[in-house]
Amino acid sequence: MDSCVKITNEWDIVAARQLGRNVAKDLGFGTVDQARITTAISELARNIYLYAGQGQVCIEKTENAGKVGLIILSEDQGPGIQDLRKAMEDGFSTSGGLGAGLPGVKRLVDEFAIDSTPGEGTLIKAIKWLR
Amino acid sequence: MRIPILKLHDCLLISIQWELDDQTALQFQEDLLRKIHETSARGVVIDLTSIDFIDSFIAKVLGDVISMSKLMGAKVVITGIQPAVAITLIELGIRLEDVLTALDLEKGLEKLRRELED
Repeated sequence: MDSCVKITNEWDIVAARQLGRNVAKDLGFGTVDQARITTAISELARNIYLYAGQGQVCIEKTENAGKVGLIILSEDQGPGIQDLRKAMEDGFSTSGGLGAGLPGVKRLVDEFAIDSTPGEGTLIKAIKWLR
Repeated sequence: MRIPILKLHDCLLISIQWELDDQTALQFQEDLLRKIHETSARGVVIDLTSIDFIDSFIAKVLGDVISMSKLMGAKVVITGIQPAVAITLIELGIRLEDVLTALDLEKGLEKLRRELED
């Protein structure tokens, strides 16, 4: 059930979060976790749209030691993040506060990993486990 | 799609019934301010009972339209924020401070009435 949404405009942000919510619902996540997943996807897709111009968001199911989880993969070939440590600080923004920022997204999920190379792009992997 | 804005005496009532995309949210901002201007409304209730998530963009548009309405002399009460929405907004780091809120539309209208009497 791997599926991806290409992000090139504002409507793709809506498509990505709808896909995420549907998958979360199918996997049995409750309403609060569905909201967390939907919001996290919306923020990541918006970051792609704002900073990279284009990229993609993929939603996958994962299983580990009997636990079921949902993986959000956000990938772009944009400018990358110059200072990762700063980008993970609350309140840091280069967009004038249009997004909630990466620390907010990190709080919404259980696992959060980011790999970014200036000039090459950014890959973010976030996981929410079914409780 | 545009969000309907209803007039009730000197108040405006809005119930947001579907997921907001960027354009709809921005259109709503303009429509509400125009309607406040046209009707000389003193109070606004925005009901979010049907909304199951709010991201930072929608939160910013909502926060902005509340500040803009205030500039025009209208008080805004937000009602019907679902538990999941309250939880994710705070976890995300968004605090809609100085915003009047109430559990549901009925309590929101009562609150607005009291605010307008002061």
